[in-house]
Amino acid sequence: MESNHNNVPQSAHAASAGGAEPNYINAHKGIWSWMTTVDHKRLGLMYLVGVLTFFGLGGIFALLVRTQLLGPIFGGASGKQEWLFSGDTYNKLFTLHGAVMVFLVIIPSIPASLGNFFLPLMLGAKDVAFPKLNLMSFYVYVLGGIFLLFSIFTGAVDTGWTFYTPYSSTTSTSVVSAVMGVFILGFSSILTGVNFIVTIHKMRAPGLTWVRLPLFVWAQYATSLIQVLATPVLAITLMLLAIERTMGIGIFDAKLGGDPVLFQHFFWFYSHPAVYIMILPAFGVISEIITINSRKQIFGYKAIAMSSVAIAVIGFLVWGHHMFTSGQSELASAVFSFLTFAVAIPTAIKTFSWVATMYGGSLRMNSAMWYAQAFLFLFTIGGLTGLFLGTLSVDIHLHDTYFVVAHFHYVMMGGTMTAFVGALHHWWPKMTGRMLNEFWGKVSCFFVFVGFNVTFFSQFLLGTKGMPRRYANYLPEFQTWHQISTIGSYLLGLGFFITLIYMIQSLINGEKAPKNPWGGLSLEWETDSPPIEHNFHGQPVVNNGPYEFPEIDHSKSNRGGH
Amino acid sequence: MNLGSALGYMMAQAANTTSWWKPIQASAHAGAVDTLFNFIMYLCFFFFVLIVGAMVYFIVKYRRKGNGPERTSPIKGNHTLEIVWSVIPGILLVLIFAWGFKDWLAIAVVPANAMEVRVSGQKWNWTFTYPKEGIVSADLVVPAGQPVKLVMTSKDVLHSFYIPDFRIKRDVVPGKYSVLWFEPSEEATHQIYCTEYCGTEHSNMLSKVKVVSSAKYEEWLANGGDEDGGTPVPLADKGKKLYEQRGCVACHSIDGTNKVGPTWKGLYGSARKFTDGTSLAAADENYIRESILVPNAKIVAGYAGVMPSYQGQLNDKQLESIIEYIKTLK
Ligand code: HEC
Ligand code: HEM
Ligand SMILES: [Cu+2]
Ligand SMILES: [Cu+2]
Repeated sequence: MESNHNNVPQSAHAASAGGAEPNYINAHKGIWSWMTTVDHKRLGLMYLVGVLTFFGLGGIFALLVRTQLLGPIFGGASGKQEWLFSGDTYNKLFTLHGAVMVFLVIIPSIPASLGNFFLPLMLGAKDVAFPKLNLMSFYVYVLGGIFLLFSIFTGAVDTGWTFYTPYSSTTSTSVVSAVMGVFILGFSSILTGVNFIVTIHKMRAPGLTWVRLPLFVWAQYATSLIQVLATPVLAITLMLLAIERTMGIGIFDAKLGGDPVLFQHFFWFYSHPAVYIMILPAFGVISEIITINSRKQIFGYKAIAMSSVAIAVIGFLVWGHHMFTSGQSELASAVFSFLTFAVAIPTAIKTFSWVATMYGGSLRMNSAMWYAQAFLFLFTIGGLTGLFLGTLSVDIHLHDTYFVVAHFHYVMMGGTMTAFVGALHHWWPKMTGRMLNEFWGKVSCFFVFVGFNVTFFSQFLLGTKGMPRRYANYLPEFQTWHQISTIGSYLLGLGFFITLIYMIQSLINGEKAPKNPWGGLSLEWETDSPPIEHNFHGQPVVNNGPYEFPEIDHSKSNRGGH
Repeated sequence: MNLGSALGYMMAQAANTTSWWKPIQASAHAGAVDTLFNFIMYLCFFFFVLIVGAMVYFIVKYRRKGNGPERTSPIKGNHTLEIVWSVIPGILLVLIFAWGFKDWLAIAVVPANAMEVRVSGQKWNWTFTYPKEGIVSADLVVPAGQPVKLVMTSKDVLHSFYIPDFRIKRDVVPGKYSVLWFEPSEEATHQIYCTEYCGTEHSNMLSKVKVVSSAKYEEWLANGGDEDGGTPVPLADKGKKLYEQRGCVACHSIDGTNKVGPTWKGLYGSARKFTDGTSLAAADENYIRESILVPNAKIVAGYAGVMPSYQGQLNDKQLESIIEYIKTLK
C-alpha cells in the first residue's frame, strides 16, 4: 500500500470486518434494479457495455469494408467486375461503419462510461449532481441507438456519416430515421455534459481545489463545455435536413432554392469541435496513466490543463478546414487555415509534456502504460499529418482521398480508442474488483499497434497517390496497398479479439484486485474495489495534489516548475 | 547543426520532388505543391523522431528495475523549455501556413489567357462542352502548355473534380458555378476522378484528360470533337463507345441484368409496359430516341423516373449510333 495522503474515513471497514460489505454491483439484485438505477457507477458500466457492443458492430462493418477492398474489381466503365458487394451495399457499409463508430462509440466512449464511473469518485462525491438526469441520458442514448439500428433494418443509409446535402435530401434510403437517431444521441451527450459541469463545480470534496483536480477531470470539464455548446448546432442542422426531406422546404437542396454548401458549414461547425469531444477525454486518460506509472508530477500541470481549454476555444473557429475545395471565400479559407495551425500549438505542448513527464521517473510498464505509449506514437503521427491537411495548397491535392481517412483514423482510433482501451486496463480493477492478465494485455497491445500501422499507414501512401475515399472499387495501380491495408485490419481485429477474451476470463476467475493496485493518489483509489454503493464512508478530505507521489525525491532541488 | 542550416537543408531536399509514391507532376504548379509537401514531411520526420526517440529512450532508461519503490525526480515543469517548445513550433507553423497560402493563391487565380471549357457533373459521368465550337465530349481534350479554365456545375448532387497528376480539385455544386484552372505541361493522358461521394457508381465516375499537341487539338476541333476523325467507323461501334463514355453503363447493362434502369439486351423490338398502365407492342427507333431525350415521357414499369435527359448533349449522329448499338444486343 502506498502511503495515504488524504483523509478518508476508514471506520466502517473495521465494522464490516466480519463479512464483505456489499459493493455497488451486489448491493441490489435483479435486472430491474439495474434498469432503474441512478447510481453513476452502474450507469457507467451500462454505457460501457453499450459502447463495446457497438464497437464490435462497427468493427464488423469495417472488416467487411476492408474485405471488399481486397478485391479484383477494377473500376472504369468497361471490364468492370463485381466482387463481394455491389456499389450500393458497399456505400451502406461504410456509412454504417462511420456513423456507428462516431456517434455510438467514440463520442460516448470515455465520457459516458469512464467519466460517469470515475468523475464523482475522483471528486469525492456520492454521485453526479443530477442522478435521475443521468439515468435519463442513458435511456436517450439507447433510444438513439435503436433509431440508428432501425434504419439499418429498413434499408440502411448510404450518405456517409457526414449526411452531405443534396445527396442526403434526395437518396431513397432511410435517412430520416438515421438522422433522428443521431439527433436523439445528441441530447444524451448534452445532458451528460450539463451534469458533469455542475458536478465538477458543486461536488468537489473539501480541499479539492481546481488546481488539485486530476487532469482527467479537467479534460472532462473541457469536453462537457464543447458538448453543451456545439451539439445543439448539430441537432438543428439535422432537424432542418429532416424538414427538407419530409416537407420539401428548400434549405440545402439547390433544386428547391436551398444552398448545399450551407449544410457543410453547419455540419462542421459541430463536427470539428466534436473531434475534440472525441480526443480531449483521451488526453485526460493519458495524463493519468503516465503520471501514475512514472511516479512523478505531471510536467507542466497548468500548461496541460490550459491547453485543453485553448483547444476547446480555438476548436470552434476552424471548421472551414474541411471545406477548402467547397468554394467558400478565399479569405475564409485563409483564416481557417491559419487558425488550424494555431490549434496545433497547444496540441504539441501536450505531447511534449507527456514525454517529459517520464523523464527521471520510475516507469511501471504495465499494459495500461503500453497502451499509453502506443497512443503517444500513433497520436503524434495523426497530429503531424494534420499539418499537411491544414496547408491550403497541399490540402487541395489530399482532400477526400485516403490520406484523410488515414489521418482521422490515426487520431480517432490510434488516439481515442487506444487511450480508451488503455484506460480500461488502468481502471478495470477498480470497476470490476478483478485484475486483468498483464501478459495477454501486452500481447493484444502489440497486435493492435502493429495491425493499426499496417492498416492505416498504407492509406497515407494511397491517398498521396490520389486514391479517392468512399470508392467501392479502384484502378489496378492501387491494389497492392489496399491489400496490405486489409491484412493489417485483420491483425487489428485479432488484437481486439484477444482483449475481449481475457476481459471475459478476468470476470470469471481473474485475480482479486486490491484497493489501489497502481498506487494512485486521486480519490477513486481510496475506496474499495469494486467501490461500495455510496462510494465513500463519510466525506473524504483532500490535502494534496493528485500527483504528489511518495517516491518523489524532494531532497533534489526542484529545477524550474510552477 | 543549428536550426537555420537544418531548415535550409530540408528546403533543398524538399525541392527534389519526384518519388514513386506520388502521382507524376503534369501541371505548372504540381512541382510547387510537392515541394511544400516534402518540406512538411521532413519537418514531421524530425519531430516524430524527437518525440518517439525521447519516449523510447526514457522507457529504456527509467524502466522500473526490481520491486522496491525508487526515487523519482521532483521536476514539475520548466518554463524555459516550455517556452522553447511552444515558440519554435509556432514559428514553423506560421511559415508553413504562409507558404501554403502563397502557392494556393497561384492555384486560385485564373490567368487571363486561359481557354474556357464547361464541365458538367451528373450521376455518374462528366461531360465537357467547348462553348465556342459547340463541341460536347466525354473526355477533356486540351493542348499542352495552354492554361485551361474549367467552369463547372452539377446537374444533381455534389461531385468533385480531381486530377491527381495536376494536384487540383474542386467541388462541383448544383445551382452554382465553380472554377478551376490548370496548365498541362506535356502530352499525356491523365485520370480524372470524382472525389465527392455521389452514390451507387461514385467510384466509376471516371474520365480522362488528354493533353495533345496544339496541331492535334486543332484537328480534333475541326472534326467536331470526333476522335476517329475522318475514318469511317460502324455506327454500332460508335454507339458502344458512347454507351461507356456517356455513363449509360452506370444504369443499363447489356447482359440481361437489371440495374438502376432496365437492361438493353433484347430491348429493340420487345414489348414495353409503362407505369401509367399504357404499353407498347414493340420498342422501335422512335421509342428509344424519345426515351433518351425525354425519359420521363414513358417510364418503364418497375423503375423510377431517375434517368436524366440527354437533350442537347447527344447529336443526331450519336443518337443513331446508340440506337444501332442497342439493335445489335439480342
Ligand atoms: C441514372 C441512371 C440512368 C442513366 C445514367 C441512363 N439511364 Fe436510361 N433509363 C434509366 C431508367 C431508371 C430507365 C427506366 C425508366 C424510364 O423509362 O425512364 C431508363 C430507360 C431507358 C430507356 C428505355 C428502356 C426500356 O427498357 O424501355 C432507354 C432507351 C435508355 N434509358 C437509354 C439511355 C441512354 C442512351 C443513356 C446514356 C446516354 C441512359 N439511358 C442513361 C436510368 C438511366
Ligand atoms: C477495425 C478497425 C477499423 C478499420 C479497418 C476501419 C476502416 C475504415 C474504412 C475502410 C473506411 C472507409 C473509407 C472509404 O470507403 O472511403 C473507414 C471510414 C471511417 N472510419 Fe474506420 N476503420 C476502423 C476503425 C474505426 C474507428 C474506431 C472509428 C471511430 C471513430 C472509425 C471511424 C471512421 C470514420 C468516421 C470513417 C468515415 C466514414 C465515412 O466517410 O462515411 N473507424 N474506416
Ligand atoms: Cu476539423
Ligand atoms: Cu462522386
